[in-house]
Amino acid sequence: MNKRSSWALPYFIFLVLFVVMPLVLIVLYAFQDASGHFTLANFTKFFTDGDALSTFALSIEVALENTLLCIAIGYPAAYILADRRLNRSAVTVVLFILPMWVNALMRTLATAELFNMAGITLGKGTLLFGMCYDYLPFMIYPIYNVLNKMDKSYAEAAEDLGAKPWEVFAKVTLPLSMPGVVSGIMMVFMPTVSTFAISEFLTNNKIKLFGTIIQENINNSMWNYGAVLSLIMLVIIAITTVLQGSDSREAAEGGAI
Amino acid sequence: MKTGTRILSKAYLWLILVILYAPIVFIAIFSFTEAKSLGNWTGFSLSLYKNLFMGSMQNSSGLISAVENTLLIALVASAVATLLGTVAAIGIYNMKGRKKQVMSFLNNIPMVNPDIITGVSLFLLFVFLHFSQGYLTVILAHITFCTPYVVLNVLPKLSQMDPNIYEAALDLGATPAQALRKVLIPGLRPGMISGFILSFTMSLDDFAVTFFTRGTIGLDTLSTFIYTDARKGGLTPELKPLMTIIFLVILAVLLFINIRSAKNEKAS
Repeated sequence: MNKRSSWALPYFIFLVLFVVMPLVLIVLYAFQDASGHFTLANFTKFFTDGDALSTFALSIEVALENTLLCIAIGYPAAYILADRRLNRSAVTVVLFILPMWVNALMRTLATAELFNMAGITLGKGTLLFGMCYDYLPFMIYPIYNVLNKMDKSYAEAAEDLGAKPWEVFAKVTLPLSMPGVVSGIMMVFMPTVSTFAISEFLTNNKIKLFGTIIQENINNSMWNYGAVLSLIMLVIIAITTVLQGSDSREAAEGGAI
Repeated sequence: MKTGTRILSKAYLWLILVILYAPIVFIAIFSFTEAKSLGNWTGFSLSLYKNLFMGSMQNSSGLISAVENTLLIALVASAVATLLGTVAAIGIYNMKGRKKQVMSFLNNIPMVNPDIITGVSLFLLFVFLHFSQGYLTVILAHITFCTPYVVLNVLPKLSQMDPNIYEAALDLGATPAQALRKVLIPGLRPGMISGFILSFTMSLDDFAVTFFTRGTIGLDTLSTFIYTDARKGGLTPELKPLMTIIFLVILAVLLFINIRSAKNEKAS
C-alpha cells in the first residue's frame, strides 16, 4: 500500500470526532433520562404524544408536496434551459441560481411580507409556495446538469427511427435524466423535512414543522427528548438515502459556478 | 422547432425568474425609503444607506459585528476545510478497497445530514465534552459541513493527473515539499478553488448549524441576527440596504465571471 494513503488520517480522526461521535451521542441521549440512566421513556413520550405525531406527519406531507411541486415546476425549466434550440445563453442558468446567494431567511421574510401586502393569509398555502420558492433552484440545477451532459445522439437516433417527439421524451430523455431528478429530490426533500425558521416565518408560527419542535426541545434543555426527535429524523434520512442509491451522486457534482 | 413553442418556453422561464426575484427586488425597492417595516413607503430617501455606512443606527454594533463574524467564520472555516480536504483527498485517492469505502462513506454523512441534525449532534458533542461554545465551536462545525465538498472537488482533479508525475519529480531530485508545491498543488488548484468557493458560500448562508453551536455568549452571524431580529418583531431596517448591496456585488461578480468565460470559450 502506498504510504501517501496515510494523508487521509487527520481527516479520518476529524470525521470520527465531529461526525461519528456526535451521531452516536444522539443515540446515547435518546436512550437516557435527564440523570443519565437508560430509559425508553423518551420514545414512548413521542409515540403517545398526539401533537408531536401529527406534526411529524404534517412535516412529511409538506416535504413530499414541496418536492413534487418542485419537480413539476423545475423539470420543464431545466429542460428548456438545457435545450440549445430554446436557450443559448449560459447567463440564464446563472440567473436561476443567483437568488440562493441572498440570505435565505431574508428572502423568506420578504416573501411573507409580499403575501401580507397582497392580503393573503399566511398558512399552509403560503408555506408551500415559499418553500417551493426557496428550494426550486436545488431541483433545477441537478436536472439541468444531467440534461446538459446527456449524449444528444440517443434522442436523435430515436427521432430518426421514427419516434414521435413525446415518445422520444418519454422513452429516451426522461429515463436518462432520472439521476438528476433523484438527486434533486434529495436536495429538496431532506432540507424541507428538517427546516425550522422558514416555516415559522411563512406561517407566522401558525404551523409547526418537525424541525421547530426539535429546536424548541433542544433550546429548552430537553436534550433527551430532542435527541429522540433527531434520531427519528435520522432514520427517515437513512431510508431516503438508501432508496435513492448511489448512481445519482455525480449529478449533484456540477461544481461551483 | 415551432415559434409558438419557443415563445411559450421563454415566457415560462421568465415567469419563474420574475417570481424568484420578486422578494429580492421588493427588499431593494424598500431600501430606498425611511420606513421601518418592509412594504411601507414613506418617500424616497437614502437615509438607510447613510445609517449603514456611518454606523449610526439603533443596534448598529450588533449588525456590524454580525457581518464581521459571518465573514471571519466563513473565511477561516473554508480555508481550513480546503487544506484539510485537499490533504485528505490525496490520501483517499491513494487508498484501496475497504478503507477507501469507509472514508467515502464517512465523507458523505455530513453532506446527507440535514443542517438541523448536524447542528443538534454537534451541540450534544460540545455539551458532552464540556466545551464552552463560541467562535471556535461554530468554526469547527462549519469545517465539518464544508470539508466533504472540498474532498469531492479535489478528487476528480487527482484522477485527471498522471500519477507518475509526482514520482518523476522525486526521481529527478525534488524534495517531497518541492514536488508538492510545484507539481501536486498546481494540478489540484482548480478543484481547491471551487471547493473553497463552495465552502465559503455555504458557510455564509448557514443558519441552523450556527444557531445550535454558537452558545450563549451572544455571538451572532448575519443569519442568526436576522432570525433573532425577526422573532423580536421588526427587522433592523438597515438590513434592507445591506442585502441590496450584497446582492448587487454577487450579481456583478457572477455576471463578470460568466461573460468572461463565455468569451474565452469562443476565443479558444
